Amino acid sequence: MANLSNDDVRHIAKLARLHLREEEVEKFSKELTSILQYVEKLQTVDTKGVEPTAQVTGLANVFRKDEVQESDATAADLLSCSPLPIIEKQIQTPSAHGS
Amino acid sequence: MVPNTLTIAEAHEQLKSKKISSAELVQACIDRIEKMDGTLNAVVCRNFERALEEAKKIDTKGEFTHPLTGIPYLTKDVFCEKGVPATACSNVLRRKDYVPAFDSTTTKRLKAAGALSLGKTNTDEFTMGASTETSCYGVTRCPWDTKRVAGGSSGGSAAATAADECLFALGTDTGGSIRQPANFCGCTGLRVTYGRTSRYGVMSMASSLDTIGPICKSIEDIAIVLETIAGRDPLDATTSDVPVPNYRQALSGGMKSMKLGMPKEYFIKGMHRDTEAAVRDTTKVFESAGATVEEISLPHTEYAVPTYYIICPSEVSSNMARYDGIRYGHTTGDAKDLIDYYHKVRTEGFGNEVKRRIMIGTYALSAGYYDAYYRQAQKVRTLIKRDFDEAFKRVDAIIAPVSPTPAFTVGAHENDPVAMYLEDVFSVSQAMAGIPALSVPCGFSKEDLPIGLQIMGPQWQEERILKIAYAYEQATKWHERKPKL
Repeated sequence: MANLSNDDVRHIAKLARLHLREEEVEKFSKELTSILQYVEKLQTVDTKGVEPTAQVTGLANVFRKDEVQESDATAADLLSCSPLPIIEKQIQTPSAHGS
Repeated sequence: MVPNTLTIAEAHEQLKSKKISSAELVQACIDRIEKMDGTLNAVVCRNFERALEEAKKIDTKGEFTHPLTGIPYLTKDVFCEKGVPATACSNVLRRKDYVPAFDSTTTKRLKAAGALSLGKTNTDEFTMGASTETSCYGVTRCPWDTKRVAGGSSGGSAAATAADECLFALGTDTGGSIRQPANFCGCTGLRVTYGRTSRYGVMSMASSLDTIGPICKSIEDIAIVLETIAGRDPLDATTSDVPVPNYRQALSGGMKSMKLGMPKEYFIKGMHRDTEAAVRDTTKVFESAGATVEEISLPHTEYAVPTYYIICPSEVSSNMARYDGIRYGHTTGDAKDLIDYYHKVRTEGFGNEVKRRIMIGTYALSAGYYDAYYRQAQKVRTLIKRDFDEAFKRVDAIIAPVSPTPAFTVGAHENDPVAMYLEDVFSVSQAMAGIPALSVPCGFSKEDLPIGLQIMGPQWQEERILKIAYAYEQATKWHERKPKL
């Protein structure tokens, strides 16, 4: 039976870039464990020789010509959606190396 | 008749014969929203002025060649419309109003036909839920009993359509999000074959399962909207070039010698007695129309929900990665570096259900667990799809309930995510298989709550299930009943 410890939940949250308060760690480890125990049922299905399904359209290798096309949105429109400062048509983010 | 209560087909006739104007139609919907929406909470963004302006232009022109010209509708708040705020009912986009710079293909096609967008409807946050209770704007209430939920995730679209706040609405269906709220609110709703409609410009939840479709007041209206929005879109490479038929033409013709299957796995312990009775009763209507109904088996049905709750969160964890507070959405002032910024934006922006799915998905896709969870789920998905392939060798279409009970009360599944997931027990298999399925009203419970019948067909066979639903609807007229509000 899958059982997520508080440390497991802290690790998953870190991978997912989420901060959890201590009481949230408790709450989520209970909830996520109950979900994982519920989906455990899948382990009982015999899938030997069964191919996985990733998509159902039957389409494969959909190509288009590599041509420049006009779009509704301009670069300026898209930049204006950012909540961060725009400097010379670039978004200024917090530093990756700390300030 | 009050104009906002009309179906699209009826309103089109009246517009064409100049009995009403598009501006009157739009105004009637606006008045209805202003009167009712304080109670229902179905509409989260109002774009009334623009709709009225466009309606007046259409009236001046006076040409109503397309059945959607001058028809007002509402869109689930995950569709992008240029210049109109889009929030997915999430604080990650709401706190700094995200205003898209482009239109979704679907709303663009509707606009080209002359349909008028009145605004946005409530949904579970990023469509993750079965009750609209995870919306940052609060729950949408069922027009038939406001102590109950409208369903979800397209609960706002279904409640607004049922309450005549619009003539039709757009929704998305990943694991039942159109069919279940349509069922709870007494509307008709269609989940299309995956790839039949374009997902471009609609916020993704689970990309291998997401579909775009209409919620309407009649099957004929579903056909009208579908033939307008369906078809290949170069901007969504998963759309197919299978030709789009004239769905309205396909409606008549009846059901003589059609074979319908009723899967025994869709009648389970704990389901509402009235739901079971109403769905079983539909057999009589089909048989008197010349069809036969036989019991069939879809043996992997019990694995559908667990399969869905691996595949869906896995794709969610990937899709939600884009909400990083850089290109759009919520921001925060006091991050010490970029990683801290990501953490803060996402922690403040996402609600609990989104966080749960991101974490389940992150876990299921992580090294050492991928084969046991995601890959195994994809294999079971194959088996679920095969069940349908086998069934459709024997029968033309499958009929079943949409969900085990009518609308549940607000808060009924608080603190129990698995109980909420089980609401999807009859509506996720079709998503796994990528087949079309719709919900059409088939009766009422003792509490006077709507009950829907689900009709499923083979891939690309929307025509067939619409024809069956139309024959049923015309024989019973359940769809004409309106909530007393």
